[in-house]
Amino acid sequence: MNAPVRNENLQLVSGNHAVAWGVKLVSPDVAPLYPITPQTPIFEKLVDFQSDNLLSTRLITPESEHSAMAAAIAASATGARVFTATSSQGLLLMHELLHYAAGARLPIVMFNVNRTPAAPWGFWPDQIDSLAQRDTGWVQLYSETPQESLDSTVQAFRIAEASNLPVMVNHDAFYVSHAVEPVSIPAADLVQSYVPKSVRELRLDTGLGHTIGAPIGQEGWNRSRRQMDAAMQTITGLTHEAGQEWEKLTGRSYGPLETYRTDGAEMVFITMGSMAGTAREAVDVLHQKGIKAGLIRVRLFRPLPIAELSTALAEIPRALVLDRNYSPGMGGVLHQELLAGLFGINNPPCIHGFLAGVGGVNVPVEALEKLATEYRNAEPDNNPIWVD
Amino acid sequence: MKDTSYKDEGQFCSGHVACAGCAEALSMRVILNAVGEDAVGVVVPSCVAIILGGHPTSSARIPFIHGVLESAAAMASGVKQALVAQGKEDTTVLCLAGDGGTYDIGLQALSSAAERNEDILYICFDNEGYMNTGGQKSSSTPRAAATGSTPHGKTTRKKNLIEILAAHRIPYIATASTSHLPDLAAKVEKAKTIRGMKVIIVVIPCLPGWGVADNAVAKVSRLAVESGVFPLIEVEDGLKYTMNVDEKTQPIGPYLDQQKRYRHLSNEDREGLQLDVDESWNRLVEMADR
Repeated sequence: MNAPVRNENLQLVSGNHAVAWGVKLVSPDVAPLYPITPQTPIFEKLVDFQSDNLLSTRLITPESEHSAMAAAIAASATGARVFTATSSQGLLLMHELLHYAAGARLPIVMFNVNRTPAAPWGFWPDQIDSLAQRDTGWVQLYSETPQESLDSTVQAFRIAEASNLPVMVNHDAFYVSHAVEPVSIPAADLVQSYVPKSVRELRLDTGLGHTIGAPIGQEGWNRSRRQMDAAMQTITGLTHEAGQEWEKLTGRSYGPLETYRTDGAEMVFITMGSMAGTAREAVDVLHQKGIKAGLIRVRLFRPLPIAELSTALAEIPRALVLDRNYSPGMGGVLHQELLAGLFGINNPPCIHGFLAGVGGVNVPVEALEKLATEYRNAEPDNNPIWVD
Repeated sequence: MKDTSYKDEGQFCSGHVACAGCAEALSMRVILNAVGEDAVGVVVPSCVAIILGGHPTSSARIPFIHGVLESAAAMASGVKQALVAQGKEDTTVLCLAGDGGTYDIGLQALSSAAERNEDILYICFDNEGYMNTGGQKSSSTPRAAATGSTPHGKTTRKKNLIEILAAHRIPYIATASTSHLPDLAAKVEKAKTIRGMKVIIVVIPCLPGWGVADNAVAKVSRLAVESGVFPLIEVEDGLKYTMNVDEKTQPIGPYLDQQKRYRHLSNEDREGLQLDVDESWNRLVEMADR
């Protein structure tokens, strides 16, 4: 995947620095930022760009992620293009304001580095921080590689500004955030033509006099959610469109889902983020052993692209969902979402849920091979299964 | 401090929903008119947010964002930086909050904005409690005052926000009262000319919260100033203290007598409060004399 195009500017950068490159190329007006491991390299790289006069974005460095998101909301409401980044505790501290940002229909782009929340303290890849924000009204994308993190950061602005919904892009702590790979850095004018700045109609402006967020009656509040629902329904299409247009410019294509060797597959792994790399390799190994396995990587988690998933799974009898997260009392979040989202479709696959890699523990290719072999003929079980 | 005769150019509209006789609505009229048209506002949950009105109405002519309670100063910073990015450096960013949103839940964001010396004008309407939720104590509630959460009187002192802000060395801090409207207008005018963080704390005797008669807020405000309970001062750069009314002309008694929140006090309690006021006043005099 991601075949290099000619004349490209390849640089060896980490996942987090790739995000900062994406931000630099988009050139937001305002970026409130607060440091947190393992997000901090995004913050520091943006400061470096600014110090070298390569970035004109106005950085705000408040005392907490809560204030960072509050400043992001207010700047966006004033009509600015806004970026921020966080992780784990920081994202959880922002929770109240995530609802506000989406409810006020502000196209903020945030990068979140998926990390375990306390207690106990840990700094390890786990997606529960962002999955716990699924009901806030933010679009959520999950990235697998540093290149994708750059590309998704840029695409997120396009999706956000077309829908007036905030977009959160996520990648796994360390496995992606600190993984150093050759990343193709697009030209600034290419990015600017892809996400041209526009003036938003509804903004705080002395010439307009709009007030934003004032108390409203039940019907008005209800209407605001119906409008969000309508906007959410455009996101899958916008994600397709953003990926296709990006492919025309860079040769790299993206959609709500990525499928790998799913044609004629007897079973597929379904997962998000860096786990897809392990699963892809397991698919190849399984093919050598005569098991027709495939992979569906969910890139767009909110809104969940149910129609795309139904189509992708139409001929596939069995799905093994790999969740690097744990929702206590229920199991893996993606597993539960797929059970709910796919309920009632024609020829539904037999879906198994696995808690694989919770807290960042390593899940080797062999572990997935073993799962595929063990569950090749198993009855479905809605209880979560912990993977050793 | 030279008084300015305040003007009314219609920046605060009639038909708002403040209690009849509310000092906060009166101070908003003066503040919004002194701030003028070239301003963007941030307001957080408080009586002032209610007075500004629900969608689709607004009692202010300038645009406002209704933010979250603990984030007034952070949101004002975001508005300011966005305006600067748009080349509108001169537009005033006006931030309105109550004492709950300032002394308590918003203090962290306020301190951070002060440390960064953000170019915002922050007004705290200080009615010494959570009056919009029915009258619970805040850290601004004075000692001995009865509230919904301190029915027998608060046992600890009012937080000294002025000294906290002064420790941040921001360019301008002032107190104001609706008993001295030209002084309030002049302080807003002065703050508008200063780049950086400005905070004005306005005392708001609350009709239901303090148990004040409908027609008595101006009198109570005046007694607050004249007794030295709420001195009118300015602090520049955190160092230069100026007392705008430099004499205490009343004992605390007449001020307390106007309010039901103090009616449970014994004579001994009242004497204790007088000692508190004298001590705070003497400290201010000392600071102003430096």
